[in-house]
Amino acid sequence: MNWDAWIPLLVVASSLIPGLIIFSLAEDQVRLRTSLNLFGAFAKIVLVGWMLWGVFYHGQHYEMRLALMPNIELVLRAGPLALLFISLSAVLWLLTTVYAIGYLEGSPHRSRFFGFFSLCVTATVGVALAGNLITFLLFYELLTLATYPLVVHRGTEESRRAGQSYLTYTIFGGALLLLGTVWLYSLAGTLEFTPQGFLSSMGEEHRPALIIIFVLLISGLGVKAALVPLHGWLPQAMVAPAPVSALLHAVAVVKAGAFGIVRVVYEVFGIDFATGLGVTGPLAWLAAFTIIYGSLRALYQDDLKRRLAYSTISQVSYITLGVAIAGPLAAVGGVVHLVHQGLMKITLFFCAGNLAETLGIHKISEMNGVGRRMPWTMAAFTVGAFGMIGAPPVAGFISKWYLGLGALEAGHDWVIIVLAGSSLLNAAYFLPILHVAWFREPPDTWPAEHDFGRKETAWALLLPPLLTAAMTLGAGLLAFLPFSPLEWAKLISVREFYQP
Amino acid sequence: MLTGSVFNTVPWSMILILLPLVAGMICFLLPRMAQTLGIITAFVILLSVVGLGWQLLENGVYHHVVGGWNAPLGIELHADGLSLLMLAISAMVGCAVSVYSAGYFEREVAKQFWPLWLFLWAALNALFLSADIFNLYVTLEMMGLAAVALAALTGSREALGGAMRYLLATLLGSLAYLLGVALLYHGFGSVDIATLATKVVPSPIVWAALGLIVTGLLLKTALFPLHFWLPPAHASAPAPVSALLSALVVKASFYILLRLWLEIFGPLGLEGVATLLGLLGAAAVLFGSLQALRQTRLKLLIAYSTVAQIGYLFLVFPLAANAGSIAWSAAAYLALSHALAKAAMFMAAGNLLRFGGHDRIADLDRVVQRLPLTAAAFALAGVSIMGLPPSGGFIGKWFLLEAALTQQRWDLVMVLILGGMMAAGYIFKVLGNAFTQAPVPHKSRVVPASMEWAALTLASGAVLLGFLAEPVLLLIGSGTPFGVGEAIP
Repeated sequence: MNWDAWIPLLVVASSLIPGLIIFSLAEDQVRLRTSLNLFGAFAKIVLVGWMLWGVFYHGQHYEMRLALMPNIELVLRAGPLALLFISLSAVLWLLTTVYAIGYLEGSPHRSRFFGFFSLCVTATVGVALAGNLITFLLFYELLTLATYPLVVHRGTEESRRAGQSYLTYTIFGGALLLLGTVWLYSLAGTLEFTPQGFLSSMGEEHRPALIIIFVLLISGLGVKAALVPLHGWLPQAMVAPAPVSALLHAVAVVKAGAFGIVRVVYEVFGIDFATGLGVTGPLAWLAAFTIIYGSLRALYQDDLKRRLAYSTISQVSYITLGVAIAGPLAAVGGVVHLVHQGLMKITLFFCAGNLAETLGIHKISEMNGVGRRMPWTMAAFTVGAFGMIGAPPVAGFISKWYLGLGALEAGHDWVIIVLAGSSLLNAAYFLPILHVAWFREPPDTWPAEHDFGRKETAWALLLPPLLTAAMTLGAGLLAFLPFSPLEWAKLISVREFYQP
Repeated sequence: MLTGSVFNTVPWSMILILLPLVAGMICFLLPRMAQTLGIITAFVILLSVVGLGWQLLENGVYHHVVGGWNAPLGIELHADGLSLLMLAISAMVGCAVSVYSAGYFEREVAKQFWPLWLFLWAALNALFLSADIFNLYVTLEMMGLAAVALAALTGSREALGGAMRYLLATLLGSLAYLLGVALLYHGFGSVDIATLATKVVPSPIVWAALGLIVTGLLLKTALFPLHFWLPPAHASAPAPVSALLSALVVKASFYILLRLWLEIFGPLGLEGVATLLGLLGAAAVLFGSLQALRQTRLKLLIAYSTVAQIGYLFLVFPLAANAGSIAWSAAAYLALSHALAKAAMFMAAGNLLRFGGHDRIADLDRVVQRLPLTAAAFALAGVSIMGLPPSGGFIGKWFLLEAALTQQRWDLVMVLILGGMMAAGYIFKVLGNAFTQAPVPHKSRVVPASMEWAALTLASGAVLLGFLAEPVLLLIGSGTPFGVGEAIP
């Protein structure tokens, strides 16, 4: 019996089973619910750590196969790329769970919330581990369904509308993805993610069909990755509670889309084949446009979470851009940004949640002098913001550096202008926030202040952003140590994308 | 092996027909025992289907000559993978509905429900085991009458109106079918399907018979535009009856059509008819989904969803000529998962209706939130109806899409994609209610746990089917009901 094969399944189960049990708990079983949540989160981290070790030192592959349909299997496989994404989600899930426990204390429907929260992570982990396109599709759709209740959790009319818009977009995206997947299967006869893709042997006569399939798949994924013009749901989904937004933007939904694009370009089509089809160029342009568009829209938002949402639209497209540039260095930049953006964005959302929960601040115009009232929170926010701008030595700088180098290497010099423009815009919408927060006089009273005694806010709310901010700094400062996101991204590039 | 031989020698098929018939009569005579007896019968039937499945796997096609009289004179029973599938669907849905009904009906109504329901079940089982087109007629008629009586069970004006329309439609349908049978018997001197299959040649009499039989069966299956009787009948019937009607009764007439098409008419190469059936199916998917989206009452929404889902089954006909077994597998899988999901959905609707006293979708929020198990049942069933993975509905849709794409039938591809998205629209129209800030709860009737769990069990079954494609297709394929090749694509 090969126990290694069971580890990917256990990783999925470590959030699925606690989730299902949590659904059945009564509202007031707080202690049991919290222990289940934390137990699942820790178990996942341990399992993921075990696999990281095995993959790094022994080049091992953890793989689980179950028959799904005749000739089609459900495959869970932990390769380097999968591990990058699950490590991110496992760590951030733990932190977000802690944060959510603090954030939702005393509010109604918590069993329902944490149940779907766990399902959402289960789906994300499944997306990461999927070893073929149909397994990916399965978890991708599960993610849609599990996230909907979280988006509408507050139950207001506004959140109902946001949920509806979210569903309209994602169900449509899912349908496109399904169509592309079945079509691809009927042409190629396999859906297994393979280094260099599995389509290189396809004949010339299939070119038009393959181009359409590429467009279908990327559009389906682009809905979740919020590529313009498929991004409309994201700013609306901001009505969800802060931990949900944090998870949505950093790990779960948006990332699942971006991750899917990486998979499709590198391991379904193969980068050389996709370039040959002539589809990567337009994708790069679309990503570049999204980057600039998102930043421009962010400039004009006064609502803090909406500004962060538009910033996400812009930042996630760095990943797509890195993939579409089609070169090893750019790929490293794109893939590493998957982690970096997650760390930075979750920090920012945690901080935004803290401001709302502690002082009732939702708008940037209300943030005058908030740095004096909540110095730790705003310090974390500052680190995240500098990361987004791409200031060295924070993590965002590393991503942009590799993207730029990769673009030059691949001969796409125009990308440098996009990167520079986007950095300027990032600075233009983040620096004013930092300015008001640190340098203006605080008002006499805050919109809705909660009393936390001498602390600036509850521990459960403060620790997660501080930790993620520290990780953001660490990922930048220690980028060249083994197991850093950057080194791991290079490993992916060597072992998975450009494997001989 | 002892157990094996015991399983093999028991005449399961006879038990499947006689047991519900006898039990139904006893229920009628001794109404006090009805409920207990009914539930026991239900589970024995489930067991018998397992037994029959065992026999099929061991021996291939099952054939039983009743009373030792051979084909032209006597009655023959015949079972292959397709019959087994239908019997299994009925048994699963039947067990759940029986458990559900025990909690649902008041004593007075229960007295009438149990005999009728067991009679209906006997008719269904006999229908799935029949090997000749006349017996199919007899069982079809029995089933129709029992179903109409069940639909009228509550005696409310709405129910009587719906049942009346249903009665007319079903009588007209079986009459047309009977005329077709008469024509075939006149032309070829036999009602045995296997004999007819060898004798039938393209001729005017066959075309006339085909027209009558197909029209009659389409009317009973409620394929667009002959669906007019279905929404009022299914929506006004008591919830467990709606579940039976939507999950089983319309499938039975579809089964006859499928059986005759596979063995008698299909080999004649009727591309025009196949195209027409596909066209009507596509129209049903679009029209039914659109109507479902427009409904303000929950049970009508579910009834129109049935109209749409029946459409999917007919998309198979134009695809089957070139895709063969994969398309038929799709139909079988869709029928199976729709039966489970739709029955679960009607049961869930029954729970909501009982708890809240109404089924206006817009005001359902306070009800949905107080019955989380029922909401979960509706959601899981909805996943299968929408065709999202993992669920039986997804597997069926995948096969269908694959068949449509390999044949480059873009029109059907569009219908499949659109149908799925519209289904998501009407399912979430209901589910969205689960997450509002519901106002203070009001007076309500308690819903027994058995009713909630019956719905949830069936719904979970529909989702689990998403992981069981291989064994299920293996079972369906026994006796190669889909002709050349096996059911596994």
